Amino acid sequence: MATLTLRRKLAVLSDAAKYDASCASSGSEKRSSAGTKGIGSTEGSGICHSYAPDGRCISLLKILLTNFCVYDCVYCVNRSSSNVERARFSVDEVVRLTLDFYKRNYIEGLFLSSGIIRSPDYTMEQLVRVARSLRQDHLFAGYLHLKVIPNAAPELLAEAGRWADRLSTNIEMPTDAGLETLAPEKKPSEIRTAMARLRGKLDEATPDKAARAKPEKFAPAGQSTQMIVGADSADDHAILNRAAGLYTGYKLRRVYYSAFSPIPDASSRLPLRPPPLMREHRLYQADWLIRFYGFDVPEIMAGGQDGLLDLAVDPKLAWALKNRARFPLDVNRADREMLLRVPGLGTKSIDRIVATRRHHRLRLADVARISGSIDKVRPFIEAADWTPGGLTDDARLRARLAPPPEQMSLF
Amino acid sequence: MHSVVLQLRNDFDEWRGRARGLLRAGIAPDNVSWRDPSTEAGLFAEVESTPLGERPVGSVPPMFIELAETAINNSSAERFDLLYRLLWRLQDDRTLMDVSSDPDVIRLTRMASAVRRDSHKMKAFVRFKSIADDGGQERFAAWFEPDHFTLEMTAPFFARRFAGMVWAIVTPYASAFWDGEALSFAPGGRKSDVPQDDAVEGDWKTYFASIFNPARLKIAMMKSEMPVKYWRNLPEAELITPLIRGARAAEREMIAQAATQPPSRHLRQQARQDAPVAVSEIDSLAAARLAVQDCRRCGLCEHATRAVFGAGPDRAAVMFVGEQPGDHEDLSGQPFVGPAGQVLDAALAKVGVDRNASYVTNAVKHFKFEPRGKRRIHQRPDGGEIQACKYWLNLEIKLVAPTLIVALGATAAESLLGGNPRISDLRGRGIELDDGATVFITNHPSYLLRIPDAGKRAEEQEKFEADLGQVAAIAKQLVRVS
Repeated sequence: MATLTLRRKLAVLSDAAKYDASCASSGSEKRSSAGTKGIGSTEGSGICHSYAPDGRCISLLKILLTNFCVYDCVYCVNRSSSNVERARFSVDEVVRLTLDFYKRNYIEGLFLSSGIIRSPDYTMEQLVRVARSLRQDHLFAGYLHLKVIPNAAPELLAEAGRWADRLSTNIEMPTDAGLETLAPEKKPSEIRTAMARLRGKLDEATPDKAARAKPEKFAPAGQSTQMIVGADSADDHAILNRAAGLYTGYKLRRVYYSAFSPIPDASSRLPLRPPPLMREHRLYQADWLIRFYGFDVPEIMAGGQDGLLDLAVDPKLAWALKNRARFPLDVNRADREMLLRVPGLGTKSIDRIVATRRHHRLRLADVARISGSIDKVRPFIEAADWTPGGLTDDARLRARLAPPPEQMSLF
Repeated sequence: MHSVVLQLRNDFDEWRGRARGLLRAGIAPDNVSWRDPSTEAGLFAEVESTPLGERPVGSVPPMFIELAETAINNSSAERFDLLYRLLWRLQDDRTLMDVSSDPDVIRLTRMASAVRRDSHKMKAFVRFKSIADDGGQERFAAWFEPDHFTLEMTAPFFARRFAGMVWAIVTPYASAFWDGEALSFAPGGRKSDVPQDDAVEGDWKTYFASIFNPARLKIAMMKSEMPVKYWRNLPEAELITPLIRGARAAEREMIAQAATQPPSRHLRQQARQDAPVAVSEIDSLAAARLAVQDCRRCGLCEHATRAVFGAGPDRAAVMFVGEQPGDHEDLSGQPFVGPAGQVLDAALAKVGVDRNASYVTNAVKHFKFEPRGKRRIHQRPDGGEIQACKYWLNLEIKLVAPTLIVALGATAAESLLGGNPRISDLRGRGIELDDGATVFITNHPSYLLRIPDAGKRAEEQEKFEADLGQVAAIAKQLVRVS
């Protein structure tokens, strides 16, 4: 086989990595290279160093070590039956690229994944070697995200967590049946067992106030996962149920929803449609409501229909429109938990409202200034100088708040 | 009108000193004009005056200082005015900063966030170019054009991040240098002060083009996060227009491509894989342990981590059957290792039963739960789920061949005896099964954990231990018999 140049390998192995949605570099420990001869820092919030025209942040060098793979997952561009060009980086090549990019301030760090070659242990060991070399040989203090290969030995996971900020194992499909159909070699129980192991390690690394000894560090930015939306028939209800189970079971920092993209040399068993980007967006909004706004899955799904979220309006507005009896809420009196249910009000605006109303009663214009926009909020609140009257129960409210359909024109 | 000309454009301490003087002299904001040396003087000749006065100056909330320190870096000419106006108003109204709806507070907040955003964009969009000096040592330099005076506040970030490098960042209004030890500042420069090319930029552009997914164009999103004004100093930006132009075609091409024949490597690999093993009868616990992981007899496998099979010797005289794995058991894959398991262990130790010599399992092998908040809340398995899992319990009973089966709680009793047995009616005596084994019924240890009243709990604990004491006695007889 002809040898590929480093640049060609980079093209192949970043092209192969782009279907992983995560590019987060936030939520790790505070760390810097001050006083070392090395480079790198993490300061809590991540930085997006560039944006591709797909609107996705480029924060990390996101590549595969190799796109050779023994698995034949139907949805994956790297499945063994695909004819895509194959390449493999050496450990040193990945280390060098990471350092070269980092020194020019292109990236926050590395997100390294891989096709499965030889065995899960062998593959995981290669990933760990890259991380170890960056940390030990090059005193690299930037962000590292390693993909966990299910079924890799627990010792390898332990070492991965020692070097990496974040670890992730992809659940891939919203349902086990979907995984069985599209990724027959992957076992749902093995993927979840890997997550459970990481959760155990993360728990061990959480400092216990009673214990004096500081526990050994393990993946300070926690673990995350990704599922593909729209490659199988799973509905939004199944997707959000799956997410809720994962968040509670494995203390995940994030579940990423990746709208299924058509891939080159696709299997004939896949839908050949453009990705359902709005659906993906609504799922992220719903996920947010579950994690930060006190909603549960049945409530969110009650705002949709037939197991699917409303694509025309955001899930909080959809819920409020179906629960109008609970509104309007008095912004000068309602408690924080209730205000979290008002469409158009985010957690920050609500904190500001609560702080401001201690000093004077809020008028509608005050709420507008604080929240930035008021159209969505107005029908659901009362303020010192405002009551929505019949607006809350107006049958045309949904139509008024839903964005007009795109590009419709009467001739 | 008092006119104040500051020496520096964004030095908070200087502004504070001058503002304090004005405040002491009791000069109202409307009577002061501020400017820094970079802005032109007004039409009328201004007289710089140092007003004198001894009026007391009150303290201000830390939130004001924090915002002011940031906002003073805003390039807006009105920043000094606004800061002084707020300072003045704060003398009378200490809670002003909490009034998020006040126009001055909003203006200050917006100015500070514009500065923070500009600083953040500097952290994101500075692009270092490498220069090898005469000694062969690598140095780095970057040209950046911020909207505000954000270099001073942002340079320490670069010092923390690139401690092991020697670098310079040049902007039109100031430059920052790091020699590996200390940070220093100098006047601004020009784009031509830093090298135009870098050997790694080609790789970076390759990466940028390859990581882009042409099937998901979201141009507005890209432009809002990476405004066009930054593009001229970003090497990758020249690719954006051609990538967008090619995207639709690339996507169409991808979709139009018919599925191809798999490569020969794949076919060889498939052939190497063992032919599927015929599903034969499961004749050992080891085989059962593997097979149960694929069980889809009911829906519980969907959300549990995995099946938690029984643990213990392949043959045991005594088998304990609980309800189902809980949160701990689900995560670790072992039965009875959580709080209920500890209650059981303690009670067994007390009555002298060796858990390791017994076989411990559950009526249902997957954890049934309801996600609530940040936790998984245990749910009792229903009749269908118990029935579905009976297959595995029967298999375990057949393979382990216990003489005594201890049913812990109602679910285990239901699974073993059928119907809807009540523990209070049946506890404490043996019930013989068709295959000759004896079932002995007691509470599930988690029942003890749920009793809020300490007195009642102690009572139930005693009954539980008495039941297990009987189990111990029967177990000893069994050992004698065998």
